[in-house]
Amino acid sequence: MSSVVLYTIVSLSGLGVASAIVLFFVAQRFKVYEDPRIDQVEERLPAANCGGCGFAGCRNFAEAIVKSDDFEGLYCPVGGNETMEEVAKILGREAVAQEPKVAVLRCNGACEFRPKINIYEGVASCAIASALYGGDTGCQYGCLGFGDCVLVCNFDALQMNNDTGLPEVNDTNCTACGACVKECPRDLFELRKRNKKDRKIYVACMNEDKGGIAKRSCSVTCTGCTLCFKICPFEAIEMNNNLAFIDSEKCRLCRKCGPVCPTGAIIEVGFPPRKEKTDDDVEKSITSTIDNPDISDNDKNNKSDN
Amino acid sequence: MNKLFTVSQSPHIHSDYTIRKLMLGVIIALLPAFVTSLVFYGVGVLIVTSVSIASCIAFEFIIQKLILKTETKISDGSAIVTGLLLAFNLPSNLPIWIIIIGSLVAIGIGKMTFGGLGNNPFNPALVGRVFLLISFPTAMTVFPKASGFNTPYMIPADKMDALTGATPLSLVKECIKSGNSITELLNINNLNYSDMFFGNIGGSFGEIAAFALIVGFLYLLIRKIITWHIPVSVIAGVFLFAGILWIFSEEGHNIINDSLNINMPVIKFKDANQEIKIFHMADPLFHILTGGIMLGAIYMATDYVTSPMIPKGMIIYGAGIGIITVVIRVFGSYPEGISFAILIMNGFVPLINRYIKPERFGEEVKNG
Amino acid sequence: MLKTFAKGGVHPPENKISAKSKIKDLQLPETISIPISQHLGTPSKPIVERGEQVVVGQLIAKNEGFVSSNIHSSVSGKIAKIDNVIDSSGYKRKSIVISTEGDEWDKNIDRTDKLITDFSCSSEEIINKVIEAGIVGLGGATFPSHVKLSIPRGKKAEYLIINGVECEPYLTADHALMLEKGEELMVGIQLLKTALKVDKALIGIENNKPDAIKHLSELAQNFKGINVYALKVKYPQGGEKQLIKALLNREVPSGGLPVDVGVVAFNVGTTLAVYEAVQKNKPLFERIVTVTGKSIKHPSNFRVRIGTPVSDLLSAAGGLPENAGKVINGGPMMGKAISDLSVPITKGSSGILILPESESGRRKVRSCIRCAKCVSICPMGLEPYLLMSLSRKNLFDRLESNRILDCIECGSCGYICPSNTELLEYLRSGKATVSQLIRTSKK
Repeated sequence: MSSVVLYTIVSLSGLGVASAIVLFFVAQRFKVYEDPRIDQVEERLPAANCGGCGFAGCRNFAEAIVKSDDFEGLYCPVGGNETMEEVAKILGREAVAQEPKVAVLRCNGACEFRPKINIYEGVASCAIASALYGGDTGCQYGCLGFGDCVLVCNFDALQMNNDTGLPEVNDTNCTACGACVKECPRDLFELRKRNKKDRKIYVACMNEDKGGIAKRSCSVTCTGCTLCFKICPFEAIEMNNNLAFIDSEKCRLCRKCGPVCPTGAIIEVGFPPRKEKTDDDVEKSITSTIDNPDISDNDKNNKSDN
Repeated sequence: MNKLFTVSQSPHIHSDYTIRKLMLGVIIALLPAFVTSLVFYGVGVLIVTSVSIASCIAFEFIIQKLILKTETKISDGSAIVTGLLLAFNLPSNLPIWIIIIGSLVAIGIGKMTFGGLGNNPFNPALVGRVFLLISFPTAMTVFPKASGFNTPYMIPADKMDALTGATPLSLVKECIKSGNSITELLNINNLNYSDMFFGNIGGSFGEIAAFALIVGFLYLLIRKIITWHIPVSVIAGVFLFAGILWIFSEEGHNIINDSLNINMPVIKFKDANQEIKIFHMADPLFHILTGGIMLGAIYMATDYVTSPMIPKGMIIYGAGIGIITVVIRVFGSYPEGISFAILIMNGFVPLINRYIKPERFGEEVKNG
Repeated sequence: MLKTFAKGGVHPPENKISAKSKIKDLQLPETISIPISQHLGTPSKPIVERGEQVVVGQLIAKNEGFVSSNIHSSVSGKIAKIDNVIDSSGYKRKSIVISTEGDEWDKNIDRTDKLITDFSCSSEEIINKVIEAGIVGLGGATFPSHVKLSIPRGKKAEYLIINGVECEPYLTADHALMLEKGEELMVGIQLLKTALKVDKALIGIENNKPDAIKHLSELAQNFKGINVYALKVKYPQGGEKQLIKALLNREVPSGGLPVDVGVVAFNVGTTLAVYEAVQKNKPLFERIVTVTGKSIKHPSNFRVRIGTPVSDLLSAAGGLPENAGKVINGGPMMGKAISDLSVPITKGSSGILILPESESGRRKVRSCIRCAKCVSICPMGLEPYLLMSLSRKNLFDRLESNRILDCIECGSCGYICPSNTELLEYLRSGKATVSQLIRTSKK
């Protein structure tokens, strides 16, 4: 071996060994002690780093949950109850099961229902258009259709329907992380209780104008007529500022409110189609429900399905 | 029936500036240089320029339409300007297939890979030119002798010596290697400053006529397409740095000692064979009039996308280009260094933009 | 050499089509709707109810807190409703709607045209009258004027600046006011000087109004301590900070107020309102509005009662043109486009501009070519291309360190950009988000 090669090998190896020794001592000296359970908990989390729990990433959530005494205010909506139970096992605590939720868009003002009253020429972003004015339709509460929510969803659960101009929620993918709720400048998204078979009944409108004015802007608006409010046997409907709201925690999916809504603002999703009813049937079912408030049409249908 | 009004954010009026108008201004500014080079180099100029522009436009169109599948934006004129500037950097007898490769590299690699207009960090025409220089060194450094409209486009191999000539810079490089005096060299080859200024010298056809390029510069200033900062700082950088080196060279120190009656030292160095050599250098006026300094300073370094945004930053950028060019010319193995200098400083532009900020309003309380 | 501000600025075509038009009174509207929030600060609280009869100049909404303003009825009639009605913000907001009946004024108001030059009020009395009259900045910012007149402890005012610049193209309301109400303006300036306890007042007027410069210079000779200066025509010369820099070569520090450099600035319209409030007991319920546009039949300057719908002004100016594409509340550089002609004139509306369809569409937006034109014309020394890029990427701390809060939203950058990028939209959005983040983090 020539002297050059020998010198090279010796000097580089020496440098390598010296660096390794220095790094070892530095690593020991500046080591940060971390609770090993944080790593264990983090492994169980879905690693989506979506912020739905309210923390900046899954690792921060793991740190917070290991440090706290109970699970108050700590829940991972993406992982759901299964993940929380696994985490609870690691930490030796009890997990409180929470109702699964899903995001719902409370606007049905598609292009066919809401005529345009001006031409918007600007950045195609809901936040920017909303800061400028009420929108290119007569309803200043409704969806603008530029898709800021679609861009912010981490789970591919939102897609813009170009025919209606409204975003559509994919119930399977939605983890109720809440990103779309925060993003929408009109506050149109709501995290509602997820029912079996993904059934939903909700008022697809946020319009607070008086009935006559609202109807001029959109034909499927909620006019605040209170017919649904009066017919609900479970007091699940509230009226505020000419707008009805169905509380998903109280609603029993009895489907009484949908047919009485004069504009079709109440949307029912996931139900079998209604039978054609005669007037006698309607009388009978209303009376029977008032006498037996626990038995609903839905239960009757379920019994016949099973 | 309500009329549908348009609603948009202010401002609701707009100035006349469009990208196309700015590009058109640059093309018009290059016309004097184009005409001058036609006069000196004839039909070759026409062929090289038209092939370069056509292939740049074609490649941009193909890449946008077929590969990226976006809308085509060739109507903004930037591909035409890239093609024109690339052509001005080439010898007028370059074969067509080499020009097409140059256009492909300039547009495809220099511009479209980064996202199209506005996103490229390096000047596309220079990327194409440097690629050709390194890949086809002979073809790119053989320039025909300027003989007006009779200059042939394709030079047959047997007439190569007779019909081709060297550029002043390559002559100087040879001269320095052989250790002769540059003043003698200039006399032998009949190189005078008037020729260099008006274009009667060898080189890429775009860079020969300093006069025509300066006319174009004035036009750009009047139309407010560029500001004076970059061209002046590049030329000043070259002049001053070359001047300083020249003062300590054989030629320079002789002239200064004679005229000022002082005894300036001269640089001496040992070459590879351990012999002591005296440092030779051409004077700074020679440096700014030959090679691509004028073309580079006025048209290539001032490219919007790849130059700094703030005047202070522009001066630093220009000075850097000037110094690096002289370093490459004097100490490097290439006779011409401005293309490399501009590309190197293009790399520094994001750093310059990040740390050099404009003077803010309300920075300090001034009393009237 | 005409004075001007050194940094930046653009030169849009002036188009002062309505410059020769004398101020005309508009026919009284049938209904008016007065938003309770037409000024910066807390919205006012209505003190009337549905069905009540009111007279012109009667107080109908009271200020809520220091940074707020009184609102007075501009017509006599019956309160029709207090409800959400569309206004110039683009949204429906709470407004007081009145159906006009006759034109009965409050008995305390002096309706004569007689010029009253003498006054003996103290500074506090003037400020109280300004508060009572509900005067806000009529230049467009609608900042409650009494707040500007109340100099904070530890600061002192040396100069009063009167802004007669009107740098926005097309608008001529201030020009007409300076020509026809010059003597009243002088008294108003005296009142403001007394209120601020300064003895030097400077009036700045752009050089495209030579008749106003001449007229006011002649009048100012009769008064000590009032000087008129002609300024070079450059947009945005009328911006407060730029005007102070041009007249006194002082720069208002970033994040500061003009009083930090010893200056308080008022628009000429506000000055006239102060004169009318103190000398005539007349609260602020009408203002001069320009109706203009290349296709308008009779471009004019009107004296308009607050709350009049825009459609009334357009009818008086010859009707809405056939080819109208855009209706702008304000000037073309900073005004707001509206889509509903029932939008009312508020205290901040200085003009209604109609742009034809050929000029209404937005040109094609291309990517930024980094030409640095926006940097060279920004009057505040900012880098709009960088702020737009940071705003799109939500990099809020870098936005703040690049001084986005200094942006005066003049629109010069959007005007000059060769690529037609949406600079002002992203700048406004970034500025709003950063200010909100700062406010919430301070709590």
